[in-house]
Amino acid sequence: MSESSMLEIFEEKIKREIKIEPREWMPDAYRKTLVRQISQHAHSEIVGMLPEANWIKRAPTMRRKVALLAKVQDEAGHGLYLYSAAETLGTSRKTMIDDLLSGKAKYSSIFNYPTITWADIGAVGWLVDGAAIMNQVMLCRTSYGPYARAMVRICKEESFHQRQGYEIMLTLAQGSQEQKAMAQDALNRWWWPSLMMFGPSDKESKHSAQSMAWKIKRKSNDELRQNFVDATVPQARLIGLSIPDPDLKWNEERGAYDFGDIDWEEFWNVVKGNGPCNKQRLDDRNKAHEEGHWVREAALAFAEKQAKRKAKKDKVA
Amino acid sequence: MNENKDWPLWEIFIRSRAGLNHKHVGSLHAADEDMAIENARDVYTRRNEGISIWVVESKYITASNPEDEESLFDPADNKIYRHPTFYDLPDEVKHM
Amino acid sequence: MLSYTTYDPLTEYVLRCADNNLILGHRISEWCGHGPVLEQDIALTNMALDLLGQSRMYLKYAAELIGHNETEDSLAFLRDAMQFRNSLLVEQPNGDFAHTIIRSLIFDSFHYFFTEQLMQSNDKRLADIATKSLKEITYHRKFSSEWTIRLGDGTEESNKRMQTAIDDLWRYKGELLSPDELDMEMLEKGIGVDLNKIEPLVDNHLSDMLNRATLQIPQAEFMQKGGKQGLHSEHLGYILAELQFMQRAYPGLNW
Repeated sequence: MSESSMLEIFEEKIKREIKIEPREWMPDAYRKTLVRQISQHAHSEIVGMLPEANWIKRAPTMRRKVALLAKVQDEAGHGLYLYSAAETLGTSRKTMIDDLLSGKAKYSSIFNYPTITWADIGAVGWLVDGAAIMNQVMLCRTSYGPYARAMVRICKEESFHQRQGYEIMLTLAQGSQEQKAMAQDALNRWWWPSLMMFGPSDKESKHSAQSMAWKIKRKSNDELRQNFVDATVPQARLIGLSIPDPDLKWNEERGAYDFGDIDWEEFWNVVKGNGPCNKQRLDDRNKAHEEGHWVREAALAFAEKQAKRKAKKDKVA
Repeated sequence: MNENKDWPLWEIFIRSRAGLNHKHVGSLHAADEDMAIENARDVYTRRNEGISIWVVESKYITASNPEDEESLFDPADNKIYRHPTFYDLPDEVKHM
Repeated sequence: MLSYTTYDPLTEYVLRCADNNLILGHRISEWCGHGPVLEQDIALTNMALDLLGQSRMYLKYAAELIGHNETEDSLAFLRDAMQFRNSLLVEQPNGDFAHTIIRSLIFDSFHYFFTEQLMQSNDKRLADIATKSLKEITYHRKFSSEWTIRLGDGTEESNKRMQTAIDDLWRYKGELLSPDELDMEMLEKGIGVDLNKIEPLVDNHLSDMLNRATLQIPQAEFMQKGGKQGLHSEHLGYILAELQFMQRAYPGLNW
């Protein structure tokens, strides 16, 4: 079959909402875009464990501790599902992880901010997971089958994450003056970085249009960001916290909130590696990887020995 | 040794309830089959998703070629006599 | 005599169970996000969650026994080191993955036979908690046993690391299995476990696993003890500094 007729079949499938599956023909650029996006997504889950794991040992109650631990573990699971989805495109997990560890691959910049107080764990669950869910719900309908299926599983599991965070904020907001201040401070620090999670505005985003055409993405960055603002502002009001944006205002005509300008200079600065924790996060991942090397190697060596022993035994029998 | 080797990739199949088939749920890495079962338990059944696990190393799966899809599966389309609705029976015969 | 008796004997006994689980769960939770491979990161966290879950059941029981306004949280977050009743083994640092596995191998071997016996306790609540926990512990023991064999019989480096871990941690095994006055008293009342009875079972399992792992059982006879009476190593203070930070920095609040 000629490449042009395969492309026709591919485009017809995209048009008719038929999922693309691993061994089917797909344009190289589609494959590359997917590997880049899925692996970035996986890296974000894995690096995203670190700021939250930072509070596992210090969680204030046993109930909060087990909930947080289970949540951070879910992020590891989600990273794993995503690496698996990317591997169906012919890129090994090792290649992807090497790219993360060398700093070549990107992950969501939000995780380069520090979790300084316990309220940050509330803010991360509420805002960061809330923003992630907007994106992930959309991705359940993405055109690549394994990615869509991984997202369905992830969305199911994520459902408790945002509630976990919001409940922490709610409890703080109803607490002492100190606790309220802690919650407001966390919201102040995480609000703008959360809005940046949706990526550059549609005018600036270099991958967006093609991804939309291929139905990898189903909504634009700005659309998702608006959805997030509209969903989150009432949640903040409900618990008596204020969004740190003087320009935030309900727009009757649009039926949506207008909000202030995002500081894109800060965004690009963190992407470039100058966020408060970029170095720390990569150092931590590299350290875990290096210290785990002998374990991975020994497990393989043992597996090989066992296989040989079994073969020998089978031969004798 | 093995400086640059990933643990092999395994495909995971889970029986979610008694009486159902094992169903493919995803994949993971493990050094050997025992570890693959345990990893599958830890990764894919954290929320009571299963009562039985099959693992098979991905390289042992043989799949049909997507390009053969039409020749493999379309011929079944016109064998309508394999389906119960092909046969006309009087209404008095309620269930058959 | 107990060094720092704070509570009545049954409560002390329940706290020993609670604190072993709490402190080991705390230690293993330190791996979350830092495991040697993603799949094992998830597996270790499952174990930490099991242990913390078990510790909560024991802590709630202890809180009820003490009464007043004691809760699982006040017991976890407001006791000082000498009131903790965990064994010295579980407060030892994670070290490398070998130390973590060997610490779990020794603890899980003990925990399995201990809990199996505790299911027979005539204290119904303890028997119930033990029954609920045994399945999880069975899996823990399988996990730490298999990894012991895998790493012991893996590469030269892994074998060496595992041997070092055993040599370092073996001295904390004795405390788990040597009965003190409280153990005797609880045994007499039909509440506690006969440590003398489970000792050979634990030792058999350990020597079987270490043999299969091509590792040597240390010859050293001397065993460290004190943890379960409240005399701890220096490590526990730092564990509590983190574990209890929030409740100490902001006393009496809801979280």
